[in-house]
Amino acid sequence: MAIWLTKDSKVIVQGITGGEGSKHTKRMLAAGTQVVGGVNPRKAGTKVDFDGTELPVFATVAEAIAETGADVSVIFVPPAFTKAAVVEAIDAEIPLAVVITEGVPVQDSAAFWAYNVAKGEKTRIIGPNCPGIASPGASNAGIIPADITPQGRIGLVSKSGTLTYQLMYELREFGFSTAVGIGGDPIIGTTHIDALKAFQEDPETDAIVMIGEIGGDAEERAAEFIKANVTKPVVGYIAGFTAPPGKTMGHAGAIISGSAGTADAKKAALEAAGVKVGKTPSETAQLMRDILS
Amino acid sequence: MDLFEYQGRDLFERHGLPVLGGGVAETPQEARAIAERLGGKVVVKAQVKVGGRGKAGGVKLADGADEAEARATDILGMDIKGHTVHKVMLAETADIVEEYYFSYLLDRANRTFLCIASVAGGMEIETVAEEDPDRVAKIAIDASKGVDEAKAREIVTAAKFPAEVADQVVDIAVKLWQAFVAEDATLVEVNPLAKVGDGRVLALDAKVTLDENAGFRHPDHEALEDKSAVDPLEQAAKAKNLNYVKLDGEVGIIGNGAGLVMSTLDVVAYAGESHGGVKPANFLDIGGGASAQVMANGLEIVLGDPAVKSVFVNVFGGITACDAVANGIIQALELLAQRGETVTKPLVVRLDGNNAEAGRAILDGANNPLVERVDTMDGAAQRAAELAAAGK
Repeated sequence: MAIWLTKDSKVIVQGITGGEGSKHTKRMLAAGTQVVGGVNPRKAGTKVDFDGTELPVFATVAEAIAETGADVSVIFVPPAFTKAAVVEAIDAEIPLAVVITEGVPVQDSAAFWAYNVAKGEKTRIIGPNCPGIASPGASNAGIIPADITPQGRIGLVSKSGTLTYQLMYELREFGFSTAVGIGGDPIIGTTHIDALKAFQEDPETDAIVMIGEIGGDAEERAAEFIKANVTKPVVGYIAGFTAPPGKTMGHAGAIISGSAGTADAKKAALEAAGVKVGKTPSETAQLMRDILS
Repeated sequence: MDLFEYQGRDLFERHGLPVLGGGVAETPQEARAIAERLGGKVVVKAQVKVGGRGKAGGVKLADGADEAEARATDILGMDIKGHTVHKVMLAETADIVEEYYFSYLLDRANRTFLCIASVAGGMEIETVAEEDPDRVAKIAIDASKGVDEAKAREIVTAAKFPAEVADQVVDIAVKLWQAFVAEDATLVEVNPLAKVGDGRVLALDAKVTLDENAGFRHPDHEALEDKSAVDPLEQAAKAKNLNYVKLDGEVGIIGNGAGLVMSTLDVVAYAGESHGGVKPANFLDIGGGASAQVMANGLEIVLGDPAVKSVFVNVFGGITACDAVANGIIQALELLAQRGETVTKPLVVRLDGNNAEAGRAILDGANNPLVERVDTMDGAAQRAAELAAAGK
């Protein structure tokens, strides 16, 4: 069954005619995702061909939902237009909006999040600056490569894209129910905690990999949540033990500020919650292997 | 991007906040001229992006232009916690009666903004929060509503500002919020916000951090960047659109994806523990579509660092195909050779994921004595550390 994204999910792409949007639409279709259309007001009414699959382009998300029954939108529009695109998705009350775009101003992310809360949180937002969500063998919304791992019973939630791929690859012998890349920005929609809660409730997930990195205190809060609410085994990995304070390491949110946000503090918090934390990605995979075999 | 105090002061002034007259100087002569313009007593403050400059002797009072010039001579060139002082700010002095604290910042946990205000200002707010938490008010700001007069009153009441300054602080709170939004800041901090002898409330310091992701709507922000402090390699990398951070080790790092590169730094540092303590020399994320050109640019930057003794290229092919990366490495080495930059430092390459087999075959086939392929990330880190230790 997986979480949030299943074989029945109907996906639209905001920014389907752009370079990234069209490239990844093709890949999502190849992965078996039910992509049912796209949105671009300037090209509304046209059709786009993706290796033999013709997809309609709509003027608005609301129109796309009305015509196709879409329940997931993947957003590939440039940073300057991302806020408007997410607000449109919220207005259309689409259940899941996956924001891939990197480089969104944090005040824009705060604004669309506040808007979503004011509208009653009818839309689950994943991202921005994330690789998306993949339920192997079922559906793929975003840019996570579909062929790393088969379907299985591990759930994964991560701030980092390539570390997600690395761990999926290392644990491909077991397979994954769903992998969620929540993104490396300071303000994001879906959090580690949201994903942990969903994996805990998902009957098709037996164990959880949680990947964090320096900056903020999301991992510490996730640790508290795990202690109180998660009974399934969780293994963790944190990147950035050797990162110097005050320097942004690639992701806008990956920065140690003063004494806050260090990898050591996050590791300690997770271990105090009973989570086994690996020193390297492969050690982390081995910890999971020990649990599952 | 963190601003210098003088840049923050100018920004505050532009947004109508009450600040004292001031100016910035790079030489003692310039400092003298500013002191003459301001007249009377001035304070000379080292401009460094690090706290604790007062304790380090970077803030001095001066009575008149002669003294201002002398104090500027003392302070310019000082080293404060590893930061060389290239500029001093001169400002009018104030007879401070009371010191407060006021800031707006990002609240990552609650996905919104936060106001922190306190009537105990002038010292580090973290210290106040620890020792006297009741005197620190934290008020959440709804990102969709912001701070209007009513919200500002709520803040002033919550922080228990004295009645005689309440109206002034409300006005400051509203204007500071407007500046925060208009400039796409992620932090504006005034410490101290001070009541002075004549009853006015003034912003006597300014700490501002701007969101670089919002640079596209603030073309003026680029001029605020401190080019003198940027490492020359970081500057060269930025010019080539590479996400590079200089560190102080010997193993050059190139990888794809911020998380994987951070993880690579860690794995190399662990491996270094058993190889003479070598450490990663840099962070370099070449991102998703790693073309030969991007790889060449990346290698050029990393190899251009004289501290680098070996390079670890760590790629997990997600969208990026490993055969393209492998071709990129080989072509990059050829490109560098064509430019007359002979490469002598060993490269350790680990490729996994999309088309990894093909990528490995390309590297093996190229038979370049400098390029060594290792199958696992941990093994490759060990080898790169070993080579760096041998080259030291």
